[in-house]
Amino acid sequence: MSNWLGLAGFGIVIFSAIMMLVLAFLRRKSHPVFRDIPAFTRLRQAVGLVVEDGSRLHVSLGRGSLTTPQSASALAGLALLRRLADLTSAGDQPPIATSGDAPLAILSQDTLQAAAKFTDRAASDLVAGRLTGLTPFSYAAGAIPAIRDEKVSANVLMGNFGVEVALLTDAVERENTFVVAGSDNLTAQALIYASAQEPLVGEEIFAAGAYVESGPLHSASLTVQDVLRWLVIAAILVGAGLTLAGIL
Amino acid sequence: MNPRRFPSLNAVISTAIAIASGLIVLAGYFFVQAANGQASLWTDLRLTLLDWAIILAGFAIFIGVFNLLQVHFKKIQKKQKGSFYSLLLILSLLVTFVFGLVRPAQMGFVFTTVQLPVEASLMAILAVTLTYASIRLLRRRLNLLSVIFLLTAVLMLFATAPLPFLGLIPGLSDVLRPFIAQVMAAAGARGILLGVALGTLTTGIRILFGADRPYGGNK
Repeated sequence: MSNWLGLAGFGIVIFSAIMMLVLAFLRRKSHPVFRDIPAFTRLRQAVGLVVEDGSRLHVSLGRGSLTTPQSASALAGLALLRRLADLTSAGDQPPIATSGDAPLAILSQDTLQAAAKFTDRAASDLVAGRLTGLTPFSYAAGAIPAIRDEKVSANVLMGNFGVEVALLTDAVERENTFVVAGSDNLTAQALIYASAQEPLVGEEIFAAGAYVESGPLHSASLTVQDVLRWLVIAAILVGAGLTLAGIL
Repeated sequence: MNPRRFPSLNAVISTAIAIASGLIVLAGYFFVQAANGQASLWTDLRLTLLDWAIILAGFAIFIGVFNLLQVHFKKIQKKQKGSFYSLLLILSLLVTFVFGLVRPAQMGFVFTTVQLPVEASLMAILAVTLTYASIRLLRRRLNLLSVIFLLTAVLMLFATAPLPFLGLIPGLSDVLRPFIAQVMAAAGARGILLGVALGTLTTGIRILFGADRPYGGNK
C-alpha cells in the first residue's frame, strides 16, 4: 500500500516538474499576465524608492528550519531576497536579511554575497545576513533594531513566523515605513492581516518570484500551482460525491 | 571571467551536490520499502543525508552565534545607536557561556529566571499590540473583508469569555462559536493549507531544477 502511495506521490512530482518545464519553455519570451496582488505592486514601488532615496531594504526570513517542511516558505523568501538584492543593486546600501535559524542566516548571507558578485557590486557587508535570535521572541527582539536603526524604508517579512510577527509589524508601523508580510503559518497569517500594511494571504508568498519577475520557471511554477489546485478541487468534489452516493 | 556569463566551478559543484541530494531524499520518501520488505537503499541514503543535515545545522548554530557577536561588535565599534545594548548582549552571552561550562547542570536556572520571564513579558506586550493593531485596521484598510475580520474576532471573544454575572452567552457560545470555529474557520484553514502545500511542492521542484540556488550559486 505504502509503495502505491509512494508511486502516486512520485507521479504527482514528475507530472508537476514536466508541466513546469514545458510552461517555462513556452513562456521564455513572453510576459504572462497574473491577477493583481496589491502587495507586490506596492513592493515594486517601495524598491524603487529604496534605490532613489538611498535607504535600505530589510528582508526577514522567519524561523523555518531547513530540515523541516517549514523551510519552503523560507526558501521562497530567499529567492525573493536574491531578486530584490538584484533590483536594489543600483542603490547606495545593500539589503539586510534577518532570520531566527542559523542555517537560514548563513544562506541569506550567501545569497547577498552572490547577488553582490552577480551585479559587480563591491562585496556585500559581512554582517548583512544576520541571525538575530534562536527563540521566537529573541528573534523578533533582535530584528526590531534592524528595522529601527538602520535607515530601512521598506521591509519584507516572508517565511515561517509565529505570533512574534506582530512585534515586527508593530515596529514597522512605529517607524512609518513600508511592509509586505506573509507566512505559511495560519496564526501568523491572521496576525499579519490585522497588523501589516500589505498582507500576503495563503499561498501568495509562493507567488512572489513570479510577480517580481525572477524568471520563466517562477511564472511556470505559479501556473502549475493553479492547475494542481483545480485538480485538488475536482478530487475533493468527486470524493465528496462518491461518499454521498455511498460508493466510498 | 564575468560571473554574469560563466558560473564558477564552486557554483557548479554546489548546484550539482544540492540537486543530487534533493533527488535522493525525495526518492527515499517515495520508495520506502524494497521488494523483500526491508528499508530500500533510497530510504537508507535519505536517513544518512538527513543525519548529516542535522549535524551541519548544529554546527551552523555556532557560526550563527559568531555572526551575532560580529554584528554587535561592529555596532559597538561604530558607536551606533543602541550600542550599549549590544555590549549588554555580548556580556550576557559570555556570562551564560561561562556559567554553562562551570555549572552545566544548573543551566535551567538561567532560562527559568531570565529568558522565560522576558519572553512572557513580550507575549504580554503582544496582547496590547494586537488590540491596537485591530483598532488601526479599519483606518489602514477600510473594506468589507476587514469589517468581517474584526466582527468575527469580537464575536469569538464574546463567545469564548464568560461575561460577569451572566456567564456564557446562550446561542453565541454554544451554537455560533463552534460553527464559526469548527466549520467556517476549519474549512478556510484547510483550503489555505492545501494552497501552501502546493506552493511548497513547486518551490521544492524549482530548487531541484537549480532555478533557485540559495547556496550561493550564480544565477
